[in-house]
Amino acid sequence: MSPILFELLLRSIWETVLMTAASGLISLVFGLPLGLALIATERGGIAESLWVNRALGAVINGFRSVPFIILLVALIPVTRLIVGTSIGTWAAIVPLSIAATPYYARIAEVSLREVDHGLIEAARAMGGNRWTIIREVLVPEALPGIVAGFTVTLVTLIGASAMAGAIGAGGLGDLAIRYGYQRFETSVMIAVVIVLIILVCGIQWVGDRLVARLDRRG
Amino acid sequence: MNQHFTSTVETAEQAGATQQDVVRLVELKRRFGVTAALDGISLTVRKGEILGIIGRSGAGKSTLIRCLNGLERPDSGGVFIEGREIGRLGERDLQPLRRRIGMIFQHFNLLSAKTVEDNVALPLKIEGRPKAERLARAAELLDLVGLSEKAKAYPALLSGGQKQRVGIARALAARPALLLSDEATSALDPETTRSILALLKDINRRLGLTILLITHEMEVIRSIADRVAVIDAGRIVEEGPVWSVFADPRSEITRSLLGAIRPQLPAELAARLLPAAGAETILRVDVAGEAASGPLLSDLATAVPGAFRLVHGGIDHIQQQPVGTLFLSVPGSDANRLADIITFLKARQTRVEVLGHVANPV
Repeated sequence: MSPILFELLLRSIWETVLMTAASGLISLVFGLPLGLALIATERGGIAESLWVNRALGAVINGFRSVPFIILLVALIPVTRLIVGTSIGTWAAIVPLSIAATPYYARIAEVSLREVDHGLIEAARAMGGNRWTIIREVLVPEALPGIVAGFTVTLVTLIGASAMAGAIGAGGLGDLAIRYGYQRFETSVMIAVVIVLIILVCGIQWVGDRLVARLDRRG
Repeated sequence: MNQHFTSTVETAEQAGATQQDVVRLVELKRRFGVTAALDGISLTVRKGEILGIIGRSGAGKSTLIRCLNGLERPDSGGVFIEGREIGRLGERDLQPLRRRIGMIFQHFNLLSAKTVEDNVALPLKIEGRPKAERLARAAELLDLVGLSEKAKAYPALLSGGQKQRVGIARALAARPALLLSDEATSALDPETTRSILALLKDINRRLGLTILLITHEMEVIRSIADRVAVIDAGRIVEEGPVWSVFADPRSEITRSLLGAIRPQLPAELAARLLPAAGAETILRVDVAGEAASGPLLSDLATAVPGAFRLVHGGIDHIQQQPVGTLFLSVPGSDANRLADIITFLKARQTRVEVLGHVANPV
């Protein structure tokens, strides 16, 4: 591999890490409250409101049912509004975040639903309000699942970011297509695959470690 | 209209009534679909007593106990806690009131992500107390329940009995006026159950804490309750001091719940019982109070000459009152003598039942 290609590889790694980290963080910040909202508003939830629940569910399902490559293109006006441009790494973060947020909301919802209803009842019996229940019961008890789900989301984002090459966002996927595939640079292809494997394994390893430390359920 | 009438009466009564009643329920009703979980329950819990509510599963006892801290809303009727009607309070107004009521659960409901001391301190955190005070109170309570050395452990590492001790400590953290126990020993083995019940009784005595517990086990009622209410199909079918209900159960459901802990005719003898007269007649005699402490059987031998045998049974002591069941076998087929025996026993305030006859004595 030539020094130029090597430099390209380094830049692509940085772009992929940046896209994954930024959109992962955004999906955590918005997805977790969304997941909480889904749990709180469902039947028997701490803020039961079936109407809100159905509306939220429909919006989430709507975004989740659009293939990412189409979302990427369809969201170009929104991206331009937020970032000022529709091309490049930062521009890709917008559609990536918008795709990952409902995805992560559903994963968080599943973890939160597994919290024993008896614990919520105990907190209510102690005189706790909704905020107490969220802060002291729902989130801490579901934390291992919330972290494990975030790990899955990050790995999924690494895959999705490969498609962001379509709007000139760069990244490892883009490098592999343009150099490894279209220019028959087999060494680039192999290097990208190895880097991706290392990235995914690294994220998964850190995530698993964190979950093991957080899980006190014996 | 009816409801309005009832609540006016209650208010009038309340003024004259008493600081003694921690809980008063008036004609409580709650339906789930077509089934009535609570079908007009009226009940009081006096300050400092342990009231046990017993019933089969599905009798409505869980719904009842959950009405007391507003986790469940009755369709109609009044719930008065320390004289205050809570049935119509909103969730926000219920929250401070719930801090006056501790609750322990069958499955303990400890937070797995918090240490034992943080679990115990949680009610105080909810009250907004400073951290130093919370931890001091938690340490005090863990000492009370004998788990000081587990303060930093997580609940998953504790045994069932230890978990329930933590549950009790947590329920006491905010110095409640009333402790609700929702089948607190049903998931525990008999030995652990005894130690938890002893702890509850001790707390009741030492702190003067009023306890309302629900259970399906008569053994629980027997060991710690002062009064018992038997609930079936959403109604209270029987209520009174534990020893008197044990001595003289009036409803079928009470008798069947008592069956598990009262002496029963040995199965092999019961299998040989015949309805027609035979060589021996088997009587069941339930005794309590004076009849159980006096020389009942020797008096019987004097009053009605002839033989009889004690086949099975014994005298138990409940709340320092002797209560028991004796199974007597009267030989011969002399109907007059049998009638004399029964008349004598009934005159001594016992309950007598002819169970049947056996052809050939054991």
